[in-house]
Amino acid sequence: MTLLLAELSQTEVWVTNSFFLAIALVSIFAALKMVTTDNVVHAALYLLVVLASVAAVYIILGAEFAAATQVLVYIGAILVLLLFGVMLTRARIGSESDLDHDQKWIGAMVAVIMAAVMGYSLWEGFEDAKLPDDRIVQGVEPVADTIFSTYIVPFEAISVLLLAALIGAVVVARRD
Amino acid sequence: MSLSSLSTSSLSSGQLLAAEAVSVPGIFNMVWLIPAIMAGSFLAILFLSKRFRIPAHFIGIPAVVACFVLALGVAGSWISYVGDVADSHGGDALAFVDGDSADEVALAESGGHSSGPGESCLEDESHSDGDDHSDDGDHSDEESFGTVDAPPALSFAEEGGEGHVSPCPIVNQVTWFNNGGTVAEGGSDIQIGTMVDGQSVMLLVVVTFISMLVHIFSTDYVKDDRRYTHYFAFLSLFTASMLFYVLSSSTLQMIVGWELVGVCSFALIGHWWEEKPNSDAALKAFLTNRVGDIGLLIGMIILYFAAGRTFDIRAINEAATSGAISENTLLVAALCLMAAVMSKSGQFVLHTWLPDAMAGPTPVSALIHAATMVVAGVYLIGRLYPVFYIGFDIAGSTINPLALVGGITCVGGGMLAFVQRDIKKVLAYSTVSQLGYMVLALGVGAYTAGMFHLFTHAIFKACLFLGAGSLSHACHHSFDMKADMGGLRKVMPKTFWTFIIGSGALAGLPPLAGFWSKDEILVGAGVWPGTGGNGTYYIPFLFGMMTAAMTAAYMTRVIYLTFFGKYRGHVTPHESGPRITVPLIILAVGAVFVGFLNVPKQLPILGSRFGLWFEEMVEPAGIATFPTIDHGKPSFSLAIVATLLAVGAGALVWTYYSRLYAKDSAATEYTDSFVANNRLIRAGHTLLVEKYYLDHLYTGAIAGSTKGWVAQTAQWFNKNVLDGFINTVGTGTAGFGRFIYRYIDQGTIDGAVNGAGLGASESGQILRKVQSGRIRQYATLMFGAATVLAAVFIIAV
Amino acid sequence: MWLNQFLFFAAILFCIGVYGVLTRKNGVLVLMSIELILNAVNINLVAFGAYNQDIGGQVFALFIIAVAAAEVGVGLAIVLLIYRNRRSIDVAEADLLQG
Repeated sequence: MTLLLAELSQTEVWVTNSFFLAIALVSIFAALKMVTTDNVVHAALYLLVVLASVAAVYIILGAEFAAATQVLVYIGAILVLLLFGVMLTRARIGSESDLDHDQKWIGAMVAVIMAAVMGYSLWEGFEDAKLPDDRIVQGVEPVADTIFSTYIVPFEAISVLLLAALIGAVVVARRD
Repeated sequence: MSLSSLSTSSLSSGQLLAAEAVSVPGIFNMVWLIPAIMAGSFLAILFLSKRFRIPAHFIGIPAVVACFVLALGVAGSWISYVGDVADSHGGDALAFVDGDSADEVALAESGGHSSGPGESCLEDESHSDGDDHSDDGDHSDEESFGTVDAPPALSFAEEGGEGHVSPCPIVNQVTWFNNGGTVAEGGSDIQIGTMVDGQSVMLLVVVTFISMLVHIFSTDYVKDDRRYTHYFAFLSLFTASMLFYVLSSSTLQMIVGWELVGVCSFALIGHWWEEKPNSDAALKAFLTNRVGDIGLLIGMIILYFAAGRTFDIRAINEAATSGAISENTLLVAALCLMAAVMSKSGQFVLHTWLPDAMAGPTPVSALIHAATMVVAGVYLIGRLYPVFYIGFDIAGSTINPLALVGGITCVGGGMLAFVQRDIKKVLAYSTVSQLGYMVLALGVGAYTAGMFHLFTHAIFKACLFLGAGSLSHACHHSFDMKADMGGLRKVMPKTFWTFIIGSGALAGLPPLAGFWSKDEILVGAGVWPGTGGNGTYYIPFLFGMMTAAMTAAYMTRVIYLTFFGKYRGHVTPHESGPRITVPLIILAVGAVFVGFLNVPKQLPILGSRFGLWFEEMVEPAGIATFPTIDHGKPSFSLAIVATLLAVGAGALVWTYYSRLYAKDSAATEYTDSFVANNRLIRAGHTLLVEKYYLDHLYTGAIAGSTKGWVAQTAQWFNKNVLDGFINTVGTGTAGFGRFIYRYIDQGTIDGAVNGAGLGASESGQILRKVQSGRIRQYATLMFGAATVLAAVFIIAV
Repeated sequence: MWLNQFLFFAAILFCIGVYGVLTRKNGVLVLMSIELILNAVNINLVAFGAYNQDIGGQVFALFIIAVAAAEVGVGLAIVLLIYRNRRSIDVAEADLLQG
């Protein structure tokens, strides 16, 4: 696979890491707000921040096409769809009191334990694994080549799945 | 008596070449068409019949007739092929043995003839392509064994050429898929294909023949059925599965066929599933067979590895015969396979599904009992006979599991047949009994006798079942002999006479078919003076003699209750139409004559023409895939004694019923003072009516106690772990106290029964709370469990 | 750049998503949390793709985006259906599975 490589200087690495740290912190903060806020529309907007940050992380990782798709599909389509869902089900813009369950601590416990387990195993598994120092760019062309050669069968399967989901959504939500 | 002692010099390769020079008829490579036609018929009926309004039998009957004709063609080719091969061996072999007259005398004195393992069958007949043949690994052993130790055709010299040399099985197979590379790499080729030898050709003919008659019979019997198309479709599939099973060339394929047969029988037994007993019976048949299937799988897997990673039946048989597999391995494999045989062929303790399987339409019962489902187990023993023969050390022992189970089954089944009111149930238990006979025969080493009995039994049992169908057709679909039958011999003469012939054959009266096969089995036990054979099986022989008497007795009872005395039914009976009576007549004629195919050589007139003809055709001899088997010598006195026993028992029963009904035409065994007043007999009678309490054991004791035990464990867990964890310690202590109390209380039966029920309901109440239906809770549990599992993996690995 | 910085980031997002799924009552919010989980997985895929110099990671991230689109479509349809039938999208009230 042809990856466009360009040497990164130490400064550039440092700048990239700083960017990543900032993005990660913002993203985690937004995610936390998203799952705790008592305003559904705000939650959607926090999700937007998270999704945009993830797109930025993709760019840091050189996955430009994935980043573009993330913005187009997630922010452009899925988020809008979710907002429609909010509007259609409970058209109240503003805070609500009972969005959460009473026993939040169980969920929190599970999440914390899970984070601990994952963190431990990641630390054990990839303690000093480093990405290549060169700037990696996994451009559109190799992505296209790979999808339509190596991964053509999954691609077709995904298209059938999308069609099925489309029909399924129409059938489920239809008024009759 | 092993032949290997005779082989003082090795065989020249010229002889082997002579054996190979006989050309294999092309039809043997086309046998796959036979199951394929039936499978095609199934699909055609399923997809075309309803849509284009073609009556289902317009598709089914031509298909099955075509199969029958093809099967006859295959059988004819096989007969001439066997003759050719024997001829090509004959001259050399005779010349060879002539120089060794001392051993010949010894053989003659032993009172039997033998057939020994001979040339390897693995490569010279194999049509499989591919260089990495899966059998390469163990082939060299077989070949040296085959050519050096036991020259083929030796047995020709004894008793005027009574022995024979069989051709190798004709195998035609393709590689289904490769499993992990070559044998050297630890993988193997999984092959499927057809295997034509005496045994499969015999069953090919039987299955297609019976199936054809059943198809014809069914057009009248189920003509107004609500699922006529469905019925014929499954009849086709049933036949196809059985043919597929019969022609299998690998054990893997056999498992597939075995399960297909099971599924089809499930569908057909539950044909009228709207009534609860019918669907229960279908389930019972299916579930009971699952028990045995575990044994089948384990046994086949053991054999797969033991024979050097191959599913090929010939390779397994050769490895077993030559001693490449240790006897202990074979013993374990044979025991596992025996579990499968016990469930499929209705051997004792797992036979309970078979009488219940009568819930299906009568022609299906005929098909199940005569030709397909139940003989699959016996066929399995025959297919892998070396495994059983060596594993159970059949030659020379006095008892082995196969003979014992067979013996118990034939007596136990026969006794149960006495107390049934339902004519089909009598026949069902008689099938159980006769299957026990076949297993007994194979268990005592009388291979041909067992197969021959399978063959004759298929014909006369089909005759009897279809006869019962005809009777019920006349008596408004009732099978109750006591309530709805009696005195039918005048109104239904054709059914009567065919039924009489079938019963006579079943009871083993000379010269009907059953007599010859039964006699051979009794001879094979090797106990009667002058019979010889493998080992001396006193106990199985005793069981066999008892069964001979019992069979005659209960069939007499059936005939008396059905055809004699006064008519007790409510509707006017009538003789059935030609589509029912013609198959009956054909089968009755068969029941008279098929026995002559394997009469002893000593018999005048017939002996010279047909003497042991069946054995020559079916039993492999002189090849490496079959062990050396000693055959018993027919005994005239034994035949007379067995026949007298049967006739005597029949006469006794006849007298009893005449006396009983002379007093009171509505009498039954239940009201008879002889049964009612004698405590011992009454107890025995109750035991039989309750079917040895086996059903109670299975559903009540085993399933019930397991349920209770599981419930109590769950209850204990709930009370002491969950509650203690969630609630206060006080509740937990109280629960523990109750638990202790319950266990002390268990001293009485009442406590145990109540405790189990209460435990089940209480644990249900507690478990109910876990099942809140709340998705969030489920998700929490799922994520939590996944996390815990992940943590366990991380710590453990 | 360490590989682990991306993986830890993804892990944290994942756990936040799980927390959201477990605690939220509103069906739409549950769906949003699921999107969070899927995004975390996508970051992992892309990061490993970059680490191994293999384009496959990114390709599968794209596939997952497509699957996520399908999932949201069907999920919202179900939420709407529940809302229409019960006048509420509280997933805690959808307990017809109760035994």
